[in-house]
Amino acid sequence: MANSGAGVLRVVEREATVYRRLWRASVFSSFVTPVLFLAGIGVGLGGLVDERAGRVQGLSYLVFVTPGLLAGTAMQVGAGGSLWQIMAGTKWMRFFHGIVATPVTATGVYGGYLIWLAVRTAMSCAAFLLVAAVLGGVPSWWAVLALPAAVLTAAAFAAPLCAFSATQETDLSFPLVIRLGVTPLFLFSATFFPLAQLPSWLRPAAWVSPLWHGVELCRAATTGRAALGGGPARLVVHVVVLVVLIACGAAWGTRTFTRRLAQ
Amino acid sequence: MTDLGGALVEGQGLTKRFGSFTAVAGIDFTVERGKTFGFLGPNGAGKTTVMRMIGCVSPVSEGSLRVLGMDTARDGARIRGRLGVVPQMDTLDSELTVWDNLLVYGRYFGLPRSVIRPRAEELLEFVQLTDRRNDRVDPLSGGMKRRLTIARALINEPDLLLLDEPTTGLDPQARHLVWERLWRLKAQGVTQVLTTHYMDEAEQLCDRLVIMDRGRIVAEGSPQELIAQHASREVVEFRFEDRAVQDAAVAAAGEAGLAGGSVDRGVGGAGSGRVESVGDRVVVYTDNGERAAEAMAGRGVRAASVLVRRATLEDVFLTLTGRTLED
Repeated sequence: MANSGAGVLRVVEREATVYRRLWRASVFSSFVTPVLFLAGIGVGLGGLVDERAGRVQGLSYLVFVTPGLLAGTAMQVGAGGSLWQIMAGTKWMRFFHGIVATPVTATGVYGGYLIWLAVRTAMSCAAFLLVAAVLGGVPSWWAVLALPAAVLTAAAFAAPLCAFSATQETDLSFPLVIRLGVTPLFLFSATFFPLAQLPSWLRPAAWVSPLWHGVELCRAATTGRAALGGGPARLVVHVVVLVVLIACGAAWGTRTFTRRLAQ
Repeated sequence: MTDLGGALVEGQGLTKRFGSFTAVAGIDFTVERGKTFGFLGPNGAGKTTVMRMIGCVSPVSEGSLRVLGMDTARDGARIRGRLGVVPQMDTLDSELTVWDNLLVYGRYFGLPRSVIRPRAEELLEFVQLTDRRNDRVDPLSGGMKRRLTIARALINEPDLLLLDEPTTGLDPQARHLVWERLWRLKAQGVTQVLTTHYMDEAEQLCDRLVIMDRGRIVAEGSPQELIAQHASREVVEFRFEDRAVQDAAVAAAGEAGLAGGSVDRGVGGAGSGRVESVGDRVVVYTDNGERAAEAMAGRGVRAASVLVRRATLEDVFLTLTGRTLED
């Protein structure tokens, strides 16, 4: 339907209008913090690692950790934007209800919001990549492909989480999503160290982490070495896993947004 | 534009169920072009649900509902494109300024900015918010927010304006400002559908209205017709501080022959000859309020206060349901 397609873009416009007023607040969480991680862990701790352990998977620690932080940032933007913001639209400030009184549908609101999160992820990650490149963490031009990989990673979190948030009556569960979901994944998805460091019985747990698939894709891209993502066939699997997550999330979100906004 | 034969909204057997709960139980109504049509009823009567169905954000469970000549089940988005909606609870975008609220909302209708800008100027003038255009929405008073919502609802020059409890929660002055704007729109020929649980609002604004109670329509007509049909000419209200005294007063009213008539039969005038005991009041419907008050005093009824007044829609509602609108 051409109509609902246009509606999606109107919602993106709304978000962009808000962002033009409030972008300063989000610069910290989505850009400054990741860059601080990069400087502190990539450069600072990395110097120590390189000195003591030599190379990690044949890479300097900064080059190893850059794609991990990149995918981690994508997850933070995608997941962070899918919780309280949705509650604001459905319950606290209720502006989503104002939107569905126009030709824009509940699905349009959901889709538009997801696309906006994808745009924000791309902006944050592009800025992060530039800084990382200047610091020497991005050895390959293949790194431009890390941007779509980061966007896929963010969407794989945002699609199901936005769907979930629309079902919630309060924000009580959101800190749990962060503490039990986002933070452990950030630490143990081959972001800061290779999976081989994990006890073997714990490794399968990383395989179900959407972030791990995103990190592997980003690492293959920023280093230009497909082998680091498990080889070309494995890279395709990573993409498929993320796309399936997005598709399932979207099917769910269409239902939960319609139920919340148009019953 | 399609010729709608004058009817902008037509509901037939319109029903809405949420699980096993029936919020709207098969109502029929017609809204004519250029008129203001009201749904009057207490909270929980199903008014908001009807409005959400007309506004095509809530699917119809049963029956039919045509808005602007289209079927709400099939043409929801097209219908919404030609409606203006003022919801009961604010849905303003509090992350945006007053001006951006209008601009962004116009874009949801697919209007180009060049069309929205002059309209937004005009609408801000119309709702007297021009000097607040660059302010955020949050610090605005309740009345200003409601006026901004009305301006926002007009950004697409709608064929039909839906107002759900447009002045609930506003102080009297803010309320009059809203009413004044709605009268101006009516004078311009804008068709309006509104819900309210204020009988004075319904009397002031509506050409026709239906009275709703528990999901059903219990009466329909112009405010004057409804009063003439379902209430007496005058009403005497006796207020009591003591329940026993109040019960004695009801008995005394019966003995005085004040409860002798019956509704709608025209015994001594339509609707007169009824006595209702609600809350701390005894309400007597009669043709002659002074004489009824005297008759009660003659029987030794000592009320804390006695008030003789004209009948209102509130009395119509009380007569039809035995309850008050504020319940």
